Amino acid sequence: MTTAPSGLTGPAVAAAHEPDAARPSRKVPGGVGRGSAWYRRLTPYLFLLVPVGLLLLLTYAPVVNMFWYSVTDWDGLDKTKNFVGLENYVDVFTDPDNVRVFLVSLYYVVGSFVQMALALYFATILSFKVRFKNMWKGILFFPYLINGVAIGLIFLNFLKPGGGLDTVLLNTGLESLVHQWTGDPEVANYALAAVSVWRYTGLTFVMFLGAIQSINSDIYEAASLDGANRWHEFWHIILPSIRPIVGLAFILGISGSLSVFEIPYVMTGGANGTETFVIRTVWMAFQRNTVGLASAMAVVLLVFVLVVTWLQRRIVPDEEVDLT
Amino acid sequence: MFPQKRRTRVLAVVTASTLLALTAACSSGGGDQEANDDGTPSGELTVLTWRTDLVEDGTFDEYVEQFKAKYPEVTDVTVEGVTDYEGTVKTRMNTEDYGDVLAIPGSVTPDQLPDFFEPLGDQAEMEKEYRWLNDKSFEGKSYGIPVVGNVQGVVYNKRVWEEAGITEFPTTPQEFLDDLQAVKDKGIAVAPLYTNYKDAWALSQWEGWRGAVTANPDYVNEMTQTDTPWTEESDSGVIDGTIYDVVAQGLTEADPTTTDWEGSKRLLGVGDISAMVLGSWSIPQMQAAAEAAGADPADIAYMPTPSQVDGKFHTVAGGDYNLGINVHSKNKATARAWIDWFNHESGFSEAQVGLSPLIDGPVPAALEGFMAEVELITMNPAPEGKESLFADIDTASGIVTTDPKYRQQIIDDARSGARTKEQIFDDLNSRWAEGRADAGA
Repeated sequence: MTTAPSGLTGPAVAAAHEPDAARPSRKVPGGVGRGSAWYRRLTPYLFLLVPVGLLLLLTYAPVVNMFWYSVTDWDGLDKTKNFVGLENYVDVFTDPDNVRVFLVSLYYVVGSFVQMALALYFATILSFKVRFKNMWKGILFFPYLINGVAIGLIFLNFLKPGGGLDTVLLNTGLESLVHQWTGDPEVANYALAAVSVWRYTGLTFVMFLGAIQSINSDIYEAASLDGANRWHEFWHIILPSIRPIVGLAFILGISGSLSVFEIPYVMTGGANGTETFVIRTVWMAFQRNTVGLASAMAVVLLVFVLVVTWLQRRIVPDEEVDLT
Repeated sequence: MFPQKRRTRVLAVVTASTLLALTAACSSGGGDQEANDDGTPSGELTVLTWRTDLVEDGTFDEYVEQFKAKYPEVTDVTVEGVTDYEGTVKTRMNTEDYGDVLAIPGSVTPDQLPDFFEPLGDQAEMEKEYRWLNDKSFEGKSYGIPVVGNVQGVVYNKRVWEEAGITEFPTTPQEFLDDLQAVKDKGIAVAPLYTNYKDAWALSQWEGWRGAVTANPDYVNEMTQTDTPWTEESDSGVIDGTIYDVVAQGLTEADPTTTDWEGSKRLLGVGDISAMVLGSWSIPQMQAAAEAAGADPADIAYMPTPSQVDGKFHTVAGGDYNLGINVHSKNKATARAWIDWFNHESGFSEAQVGLSPLIDGPVPAALEGFMAEVELITMNPAPEGKESLFADIDTASGIVTTDPKYRQQIIDDARSGARTKEQIFDDLNSRWAEGRADAGA
């Protein structure tokens, strides 16, 4: 960046412009040097002040508040918040409706495995020599760049009866496959999970591709001298090399599945048996006006995600990759 | 598949906006010191409104012009149109910065009114002039005045019903179903009745039938006294039973998850759907959509709840949103002037095809035929000391009758046949009983 040189010269220029009269007043010899050193040491902290301040204000303060709300019966408006202890947490686990929404997450967990398989497949193919490689990469990554709400609206029109998907099916003679994609409770969750897979495959793909491209090309060369085919290269070189990234994708997939929100919220609003944990949390907070209970649900989700992450770290240790 | 931050985002948004609004309130506090003690409307006023459409089309600009012409000392009126009014304003009410005049959000319980709103006067005194003050009154004081009164029933396309040979209002829920079936048999493009399931709030409009079915102005209060509000004859049972039946008999749209509110207005206008259960406030919107689609706006008509007591139809009349004054407002005299002017001189209620909140206010032309056949009921307030009981039970039961979610579930069950009407009623009753126990009723 061009700011780097000016940043270095800045204090020097400032020091040069300092009036001479100021210097004799400094008690310590070499006051100018010390002054600017002190100033320079402070600079990074001044730069950090803004982002850290915003982080504290907009992330940590609300989280701390959330823990406090979760042990009260606050309705989101009342001036008084009564302490109710762990009652909200008991409610989270005893209300059968709250437990049911976790089952909906299973659709998305399965979806995240499909998503990883697809991403790995495309990443492997595109790491070899392929025509129009960058175009394919762009096409695969593009859905991730679109806002989730926009995706919801696009697919709402695509999946509605007589919409894009039905038209394609009719024109290709597959009438028997036409469904009410969000209206039929049997297929609604599959449809929504598929939209989610469509959206996030690009991100997983890019992570895998980055990891694969960091593999030293000499290893492939050596392998091909040993008579390895593409499948051998994938199984014995690529997969072991990117294992930590696969692990990461796995955590993100699981925690993401637990906290699915935008796509089902926009497309069905959680109706027709597609309600996810976060949609229910939002409903609890803003429709049922039980902010305390909703906060407890949010805390539970936070803990779940932490536990999943911790378990994953225990089961798949983050060891160094060594291909030699 | 990983919006990882979502868990915190909901509350982050709440708290962040609270903090921001607080800072905003503090910084603007300094400039607004010109409080007027003599009671003459002057200075600046901020008005929050849920009618973003009227802000955009310039209607509110005209209101402001007229108001300033009447009170020349008023320097500026800022009208803020708020989309998602309920959620946004409720969050803003955690600060002091929520305008001078605003509509009281529905989730504010009566006992919370004094914390947030300025009392406008004694209810008994004000009732000589205004109707429907019960909702927003607490301990004898009124905190809000409705801008317009609505009646509740069904908005329908008269031409389509007449073509199907129906000229009389249905008098029982069964007759209502038969009429819809007749409309369906005659052939209709989309459905005889449209639920607006996707834009779920429309399902809450069925709530307006409560009290009208059995002509009982105490129905809602009596709900707090029984463990079984859902029976074959009760208002709740008739309302939710009718929803179940219309869906189970295939009289509604094929795929409710893809309904579209804006589009439904046009469909009703051109006769592709024949009826929707909505308050009378929907009439002008439906007429406008019909006109835009090249249909005749006079086809849009209104029918009462299909139920008669002693040979008469009944409808519940009640206030729409109530205007109140922020208790922290620095300019209360002007705020009060705005509310009075709005109710007496703006012409808002006529423009909205609603009943005037004034006792001797005019009846709009579109409702005259309807009003001739129907007796108005005004729901009675909750007894002293039990103002919040209904809301408490409603929340504790987890049903939340003011929210469309449990009705969406009824529609799901009616479509799939997963539960019968009796099973649904049993479930609702047992949850209601639990809610009563929790709320200490």
